[in-house]
Amino acid sequence: MSVLDSRIPEGPLADKWTNHKNNIRLVNPANKRLIDVIVVGTGLAGGSASATLAELGYNVKAFCYQDSPRRAHSIAAQGGINAAKNYQGDGDSVYRLFYDTVKGGDYRSREANVYRLAEVSTNIIDQCVAQGVPFARDYGGLLDNRSFGGVQVSRTFYAKGQTGQQLLLGCYSAMSRQIGKGKIQMYNRHEFMDLVIVDGKARGIIARNLVTGEVERHSAHAVVIASGGYGNVFFLSTNAMGSNASAAWKVHKRGAFFANPCFTQIHPTCIPQHGDQQSKLTLMSESLRNDGRIWVPKKKEDAEAVRAGKLKPTNIKEEDRDYYLERRYPSFGNLVPRDVASRAAKERCDAGYGVGTNETGEAVFLDFASAIERYGREEANVRGIHNASDSEIKKLGEETVEKKYGNLFQMYELITGDNPYKTPMKIYPAVHYTMGGVWVDYNLMTTIPGCYAIGEANFSDHGANRLGASALMQGLADGYFVLPYTIGDYLADDIRTGAIPTDTPEFDEAEKAVKDRINTLINNKGSKSVDHFHKRLGKVMWNKVGMARNEQGLKEAIEEIRQIREEFWKEVNVPGSADELNQELEKALRVADFLELGELFARDALERNESCGGHFREEYQTEEGEAVRDDENYTFVSAWEYKGEPSEAVMRREALNYENIELKTRSYK
Amino acid sequence: MSTAKGLDLTLKVWRQKNQNDKGRMETYQVSDISPDSSFLEMMDILNEQLIEEGKEPVAFDHDCREGICGSCSMFINGRAHGPGKRVTTCQLHMRQFEDGDTIHIEPWRATAFPVIKDLVVDRSSFDRVMAAGGFISVNTSGNTQDANAIPVEKEDADNSFAAATCIGCGACVASCKNASAMLFVSAKVSQFALLPQGQVEAQDRVLNMVHQMDLEGFGNCTNTGACEAECPKGISLENIARMNREYLSAGITSEK
Repeated sequence: MSVLDSRIPEGPLADKWTNHKNNIRLVNPANKRLIDVIVVGTGLAGGSASATLAELGYNVKAFCYQDSPRRAHSIAAQGGINAAKNYQGDGDSVYRLFYDTVKGGDYRSREANVYRLAEVSTNIIDQCVAQGVPFARDYGGLLDNRSFGGVQVSRTFYAKGQTGQQLLLGCYSAMSRQIGKGKIQMYNRHEFMDLVIVDGKARGIIARNLVTGEVERHSAHAVVIASGGYGNVFFLSTNAMGSNASAAWKVHKRGAFFANPCFTQIHPTCIPQHGDQQSKLTLMSESLRNDGRIWVPKKKEDAEAVRAGKLKPTNIKEEDRDYYLERRYPSFGNLVPRDVASRAAKERCDAGYGVGTNETGEAVFLDFASAIERYGREEANVRGIHNASDSEIKKLGEETVEKKYGNLFQMYELITGDNPYKTPMKIYPAVHYTMGGVWVDYNLMTTIPGCYAIGEANFSDHGANRLGASALMQGLADGYFVLPYTIGDYLADDIRTGAIPTDTPEFDEAEKAVKDRINTLINNKGSKSVDHFHKRLGKVMWNKVGMARNEQGLKEAIEEIRQIREEFWKEVNVPGSADELNQELEKALRVADFLELGELFARDALERNESCGGHFREEYQTEEGEAVRDDENYTFVSAWEYKGEPSEAVMRREALNYENIELKTRSYK
Repeated sequence: MSTAKGLDLTLKVWRQKNQNDKGRMETYQVSDISPDSSFLEMMDILNEQLIEEGKEPVAFDHDCREGICGSCSMFINGRAHGPGKRVTTCQLHMRQFEDGDTIHIEPWRATAFPVIKDLVVDRSSFDRVMAAGGFISVNTSGNTQDANAIPVEKEDADNSFAAATCIGCGACVASCKNASAMLFVSAKVSQFALLPQGQVEAQDRVLNMVHQMDLEGFGNCTNTGACEAECPKGISLENIARMNREYLSAGITSEK
């Protein structure tokens, strides 16, 4: 285990983090001023880390490819953020949040990391409120909560359907304060191109100024990767168009191990694809499953008629509807975890009950009619209307639903042209989040000394499936409360190092490699656009490495991705020049990395001969189609070491030891 | 989600190589655009076509395509984010247009938002206004008081949230005949002014942010209301009134 030391502190689970904080080294305030830290990415993880490190006194250089740190894709998170506050008095606790997260992740995450996450979750809410994040409140002026999938308590804090936006703007405000003081130097419209390693330590990065095209050298005593996940390897996903894996992939190629690449979350409630002209998919928050009921017609002929546009869902009688989640999983119903809900939707659509009027025919209904009626009656009672008519009840109910989910309903109508107050929404699963990522130890350091990975970019907390409202929690936990402590332990050695020079052979080499790559792409003058290759990669990934995978398909996928990659380098056409704003060049550099990552992703899926969380291997399922885990052989993290080509990567194993939780078959029945 | 026949459109698009280039409108044709496509998907198709023809694609800012990141910024047929109310360019869908339409597409136009290339403008002036005071000065310690220690009246919390939903896209500036940034700045001032946590530095905040806003070259507010009408998030003019009150009282009582 010498290469993969997870550095989990000794002692009982509940004391590990406190003990660790008490024992790690500190850097005194005067010395912090002598130390530079680079943070790549300004989402919840990178933004919170940048702000906190600068507040502590470090000199921070923050990078984002967008025109402002406020635009990072954390902003699009809708539903909420979990915290074990137990404000509702419904039995929540740090232990329960920890337990739910480990179970939700299908027992493939690290106990100690998850416990720490649950532990600091309560600080996040306190901190955000102090920063002026306007969470939803009830009439007594206290904070409101709602429920998310895979849990039986209400621990999710929210700001309508814009929780991610409000939290990110909180980080952005905290960053702005430090930018104003000069403690954060902000590099907007800059893309990370490569990591520079000096004497075995991460000491800087090569970045490209996206406006001028200039390739720049930036040095620091440590580098933090907070660049998010790699869902766009599928081309179509709920990620932002610019979301990319390049920073994570480049540090992998420089020596950081890449963990569990096949653990990807396919989110059950997205607006279905409308056709081949689509560039991106849109999520409908999981919070909608608090009140929306998911169903398809019981009869195939009804499903066919809906698809053909001959039958309206509102005309299908109650007894002819199959509320398949409530039927299959009575105790969690519509609030089963995401992986379970997604597979169940696919199962119904594959069996011929899909209701999409789009080109694929794939969609299921998310219906608010009964919620509207329930809320309507409640409101009528509150207002003392005792013999309310059906239409009055409906009107009152729609008002309540509007207050809760108004912006989501509006967004749905803008995109589809359908009014979800009157007819059920149509939804279908789509790629949303990647649990896999850069391997990190308990201190969030990668296998490269001085190179850290936080937020979605790392792998550590969500196992094989992430629970709703936990991504925001993890991003902020890493950035506000974990990294700022653990990085000090490493930087304590650097108080006398002085500024890292950039006129060294290591920087020369890295810069030259970046420039060569850019020139190769610009001068290639092939016959096909970048998107042509990205779309082809996405199709292979979705069809063979998507919601259901099997040995044969994965082997084919590996071969096909390799072919697309070869063709890409021969045939790609990148118009324009390297010394200007060139969005095609930006895409080409990102897609080149996806084409490598995709292959490792498929290899990882092929090696994991079990079904767990978001990774579903058709060979390993029960007769009812439930996932079959193999704890005896696969209770480990696969951590891949780069060896030149994705096909030559070597898999290392970090065994997962469950000392506090008993491994059980995950059941939501 | 209909599968109606696609639209054939004429696009007149602003092309400008860089900040120093004078720029001009160019005309392009696109055909068979699905009415279910978003406006930016239509732009993706145009760009694929241009690349195929050996031309340079049109540069434009975009990212989340869910109407929340605030990147997209097109002036379409004379309106920020195009036709329709409360919609960003990325959420505008082609069913809003008719077959045979001619569509004019330009960047935001304002002194404080110089064009970088084609439809991409530099909005870093907004960031600088934020850095001047758009925050509550509280360090990350985790030792702040419990989140429920200070109840906030629901109405104040809701109004603060409503102001905080500003996405910083700059449509208000682009729509204003004076290129004023009052709606943007007042939304942030209001978010904090309505919360107890924001009271401590309220005076400094409004004075500093307004000062920076003026330095950046944004124009003055003359109460036309175009900003509110075109704001994709429906940020209310009341925020400007609130900021003016805050500014005046700060100006009178501040000792600085």
